[in-house]
Formats: sequence, structure tokens, C-alpha cells
Amino acid sequence: MSAEATQPGSVPFLSTSRQLRHRQIRGQVMRLLFLAATSVGILALVVLLWTVLDRGVPWLSWHLITNMPSRKPAEAGLNSALWGTIWVISLTAIIAFPIGVGAAIFLEEYAPKTRWTKALQVNISNLAGVPSVVYGLLGLGVFVQFMNLGRVVLAGALTMALLSLPVIIISSQEAIRAVPLSLRQAAYGVGATRWQVVRHHVLPAAFPGILTGTILAVSRAIGETAPVLVVGASAYIAHRPAGFLDGYTVLPMQIYGWTQRSQDEFKNGLAPAGIIVLLAVLLLMNSFAIILRQRLSKRSQL
Amino acid sequence: MSTVLARPVVGTRPNVPDRSAHAASTDTPVIIDIQDLDVFYGDFHAVADVSFSVPRNRVTALIGPSGCGKSTVLRSINRMNDLIESARVEGEILYHGVNLNDRQVDPVEVRRRIGMVFQKANPFPKSIYDNVAWGVKINGLKVNVDEHVEKCLRQAALWDEVKDKLKDSGLALSGGQQQRLCIARALAINPDIILMDEPCSALDPISTLKIEDLMRQLVADYSIIIVTHNMQQAARVSDQTVFFSLNEKRQGVLVEASPTTELFTNPRDKRTEDYITGRFG
Repeated sequence: MSAEATQPGSVPFLSTSRQLRHRQIRGQVMRLLFLAATSVGILALVVLLWTVLDRGVPWLSWHLITNMPSRKPAEAGLNSALWGTIWVISLTAIIAFPIGVGAAIFLEEYAPKTRWTKALQVNISNLAGVPSVVYGLLGLGVFVQFMNLGRVVLAGALTMALLSLPVIIISSQEAIRAVPLSLRQAAYGVGATRWQVVRHHVLPAAFPGILTGTILAVSRAIGETAPVLVVGASAYIAHRPAGFLDGYTVLPMQIYGWTQRSQDEFKNGLAPAGIIVLLAVLLLMNSFAIILRQRLSKRSQL
Repeated sequence: MSTVLARPVVGTRPNVPDRSAHAASTDTPVIIDIQDLDVFYGDFHAVADVSFSVPRNRVTALIGPSGCGKSTVLRSINRMNDLIESARVEGEILYHGVNLNDRQVDPVEVRRRIGMVFQKANPFPKSIYDNVAWGVKINGLKVNVDEHVEKCLRQAALWDEVKDKLKDSGLALSGGQQQRLCIARALAINPDIILMDEPCSALDPISTLKIEDLMRQLVADYSIIIVTHNMQQAARVSDQTVFFSLNEKRQGVLVEASPTTELFTNPRDKRTEDYITGRFG
């Protein structure tokens, strides 16, 4: 830019050579390509949000949240699905968080780096990429049938926990690995045991990262339909789960159910409104976790 | 300081066959006796056949060119090499007649008695008070923690600078203060020996001087082993100097362990002379 501002040729040293101009043009082209790539993502999101909001907002109302599903669009609500989602996700987080973080601590701090742990590591990474419906089938086989839990909240949460675990483990490992060696050395240097080092220094320093990974994993689980479909969330259920051994449905199931109805009010009204509620739940849970994370990371910075 | 330096630190260790490089025993009791130490990183033989002894209540400096294994030897003494998975330490490190390198010996107990100060100041991301108090608490030392923290900060010549802000973060201090905080932290667990791995390499000359003065004071109560790249520093603070070099197989070997004044004025080995006169390294 500044080279163009000066008179070309007036200062021989500043006149841009052909070769340099080519390089700069190439740089500009790449910049535009990257901008285009970003725009595709943003555009898709905007179109999606606009479609959903445009159709769903008129159907948003208090009784959408408080009413049970109904055949009459004007009375239909998603109360049972909302509570089902809250039950399943809370239970998922409670189950997956300690197991995932525990596994990450073991792999990073305790396990020797042998061929076995390397193989284990590769397997965990692969599990993170397994399609969610496969977890659903696993859950159906193990929790619903073999353990004979039936089509209940607990079976759904256990399945979702399995689905979230690889992501929680991998991101927790990365957070733990990012804790500087100097901090560990300092702690070991004053005669701390491994657990004291982990408990007082590694975990507090890694906690924000661990929480971020957990948020991501659980957020993914909130939106999953395939596994809960397989492990038996009911398509129609008109009561809140009374406990974790009760039948349930979840928001994505309810939304899916509505899109399958023939009436346009369900398809293009209630379903988008349900999506808005799902997004709101997601944002609410995420912001709660982000606030928690910021509080904790501030404390560990002291 | 000069009186300490002038103290004769000569003699031959009786139980070791005469190897001129090892003749570093002193008129003061020996606190650490290293015999035939070898360190491997995987297949790499990093330190070969190192033997020397460390006198009690003296400063021992380990000097030598980069990569000659002086930090590796230092870290072997308090079993810090245990934290490196590929590292393997062989040989004896005798402390009160116990071989610290024995697998039966708990490294946690070793580090409780042999404190360490690292190259880069690494205070915990905690308050100044907690930096010192943490080691006391986790080791369950039966002391009045408040008084003990004050005592250690005073010993580390930091008390006057931080007494009004003990609740502030240790990371808010200057580099030199952070390093003195790390020294206070090391003192807090009542160690016998303090290992210092190039403690001044990241500090300005004034902070360096403060730490060096501090070492001269601390040596009344502790035995200090310091790794330094700075030969002037070794000459200023240490009573005994151990010179390491690399042999033809790129292994770290001990060349000479002598009283500091002797090593710098009248080195026994040609390699030492080349190094201290700047012809090598």
C-alpha cells in the first residue's frame, strides 16, 4: 500500500519490482480466499438462525414451555422434553466428568509411556470420531438390554456419557499437558507426592481447559438425537421424568417428532420454536460453565 | 567471604583409590558422597563415571561447558531425574550413609531433605505467603506456620520487601524477588542441602549480587550445591569447584574437583586451565 502511495520510479529503492508485486498479489488472493471460507460458515449460521427465528418466534410462548405435547398445535408444549433434556444432560455430566478427568489424569500423570498406553491413546482418539448412532446401539445392548435398565433416563445418560467421554478425556489431557513443567518441578522440589502435585497445582491450572472440553462434549450431547432414539427416548411422553429410572424424551426427539407431523403448524411453527428453546438451553448451560471457568481461572492466577 | 575462601579444603579421600580428579575431600565433614555416577537418557550415556564429595556447610559450584551434564548430576542428587521417564541413574549418592539413588529410598523424602532452586524462578501461582507455607503444610511440619514463613522470608532476605503484601501473588514480584521467594520456599521445608540450578542466569547483576550474598549467609546453616555458567560467580561464592567437561564420546565427565581458589589459580588439569582461561567452552 505504502509503495503505491509514493510515485513509482521517483525513489528507485521504493519502486516495487514486478516480482514483489506478484508475491503481494498472491498474498491478497489468499487473504480473500480465507475471508470467503470464514464467510461460508457465518452465512450458513445466519441463514439457519434467520429461518428458525422467522418461523419459530411467533410460536414462542410460555405455555410452549409449560405444556405437555398435544395433538392440537395451539396447546402443544415441550415441557416433558425440556425436563428430559435437563435430566439426561445433568446426569451425563455427573457421570462423564469424573470418569473423563480421572482417565486423563491417569494417562498424563501416572501411566508410563509404553506401547500399551500409546495404543490406548490412539483408541481414545478414534472413539471421538465414532458416529453417535453406534454409541446408541452400544447403549441399547449394554444398558437397556444386558443391564436390563429399560428405556429410562439413566440408560440415556450412560449412553451420552460414553459418547462424551473421548472428547472430555482428550481435551483434559491437553489441558493437563499444558501445565508448565516448571510448576510441577517446583512442587516436587518441596517434597510433594504425586497426588499433592496433581491436586494442588496441576488440576487448578488445568481446570479452565478441562471445563472447556467438558462444555464442548456435553453441548454436543445435548443436540444428539440418534443415540437417544436407539436407547429409547419415547416419541410421545406426557409427563416429566420422576427420577432417573423413569421414561423420558429429550428436546431433539420432540423437535424431530414435530417435523414428522403432517400439519404445517407442527412442521414450520412448533419445530422451529423447539429449536429456539434447545439453543437457549445450550447457551444457558454454556454461559454457566464459562462463568464458572472464569471465576476459577481468576482464582488460580493469584 | 575471603576468610571462608581461604579455608583449606584439601586432602585425599581415604576409601577411594587415588584418582587425582576425585581428590576433593575436605577438612569439614562430607554431606554428600557421589561415587561412580552414570546417567543415561534412553540409549544416550550423558554422564559417565562421576565421583566427588560435597562438604557440609560449604558452597560447591559445578561448572563446565553447555551439555556437560552438570545440571544432570545436580538433579540426580534429589532424584529429580525420576521425573524424566527416559532417564536412568546408576551409581551411589551417599547421604548419611544411605544411597539416595537406591530404588528403596522414597524420592519424596529425598526432596524433603534436599531442596532445590531452579534456573527460571518458578513461584507457585499463589500468594507470597502460600508459596512458602505450602511445603510446610504438605509435609506436615510441626511449626507455627506464620512464624516459620516470616523466618524463611527473612533468611531469604525478602521479608522487608514483602511483609506488607504477603497476600499478593508471588508472580507479581520482580524476577530477582521471585527467585528469592523460591529460595525461601526451599528453606521452608528445613532441608539439609540446597541445590541451585543456575539460579541467577535470568537475573540482572544487582539481583545476582543479592542472591550471591544470600548464599554466603545461608551456607552457615545449609550445604549448597550450585550449577553455574558463570565462572566469576563460581569463584565468588563457592568453596569447592567441580569442573565437568565432555569426553571424546560426548559424555559428561568430571575433570577436576578442587578448592575453588586452587582450581582457579592453580588448576591441576590442562582442560580446566583451558576452560578457565577462556581457550575453550
